Amino acid sequence: MAAGPMEQFAVHPIIPLEIGGVDVSFTNASLWMVIVVATITLLLTMAMSKSSMVPSRLQSLAEISYTFIADMIRSSAGTEGLKFFPFIFALFMFVLFSNMLGLLPFQLITGGAFHQFTVTSHIIVTLALALTVFAMVIVVGIAKHGFRFLTLFVPHVPWYMLPILTPIEIISFLSRPISLSVRLFANMLAGHTMLVVFGSFVVGLAAAGGALSALSVIPMLVIIGVTALEFLVAFLQAYVFAILTSIYLNDALHLHDH
Amino acid sequence: MDVEAARFIGAGLAAMALIGAGIGIGNVFGNFLAGALRNPGAAAGQTANLLLGFALCEATGLFGLVIALIMLYAPPV
Repeated sequence: MAAGPMEQFAVHPIIPLEIGGVDVSFTNASLWMVIVVATITLLLTMAMSKSSMVPSRLQSLAEISYTFIADMIRSSAGTEGLKFFPFIFALFMFVLFSNMLGLLPFQLITGGAFHQFTVTSHIIVTLALALTVFAMVIVVGIAKHGFRFLTLFVPHVPWYMLPILTPIEIISFLSRPISLSVRLFANMLAGHTMLVVFGSFVVGLAAAGGALSALSVIPMLVIIGVTALEFLVAFLQAYVFAILTSIYLNDALHLHDH
Repeated sequence: MDVEAARFIGAGLAAMALIGAGIGIGNVFGNFLAGALRNPGAAAGQTANLLLGFALCEATGLFGLVIALIMLYAPPV
């Protein structure tokens, strides 16, 4: 039995490596990132290898995800935002597959030999993604508008409101990478912790014996519902990450003239 | 007060962020239903906004949870 609800997030090295005194071991987190990227690549390549006018099930899956993201970018950042489609699509697929694959019970299937791991349940991963988005928004904004990009912090309000609102705009802009990363990380962390806590209720009650064992059905039913909710959250958070990225891009591309 | 005890009390207080998240999620879905029942034709077009509102709302409660977890599991000072 796992020692605690936080045990599942432990990172441990698979191939220990050290370069210049810095620990760069290949860990289970790295392994899962490779699995995620390999799954996405394999799925999309297989889906489009025998493309036909009447799509097969796999091909329509790829086409649906393409049009889903393309429509989302078009509606939130305009046709100009479609230049960034490859970036946002890659971001969405990576987050979606990390969330989804982390929910599959590999530990149960392989008898404890191979543990599932959600890379997005680590703040360092989501913060790296969010900072990439943040840096890209600044670079795109400055490349397109030059110094006029700073007018992003000056909302269209009467002048006497500006001393109050400009600092608020600056703070809200600077806190974007934090809120973007913590939202995804906290959702994944909370979901997986909750699953383990309810799972331990089932095991604990079943082991108690007598009438208490029969009661273990109740947390079992709860856990089925929670798992379904977690799959919804896994998709939703990937979607929210992608749509917020395109909303931020829209700010950089169009400033206030929308 | 004992530091260990204060840590658990603090974690419990941080979990109060869920009050706001609960009210917010209720507002999101309640108002969506109210709007959808008045104009069912427009409801389908707003599911994206509904889910976005739900996710943004739920996240605020989870920020409190992160504070609670940091208090519970951070190494003692």
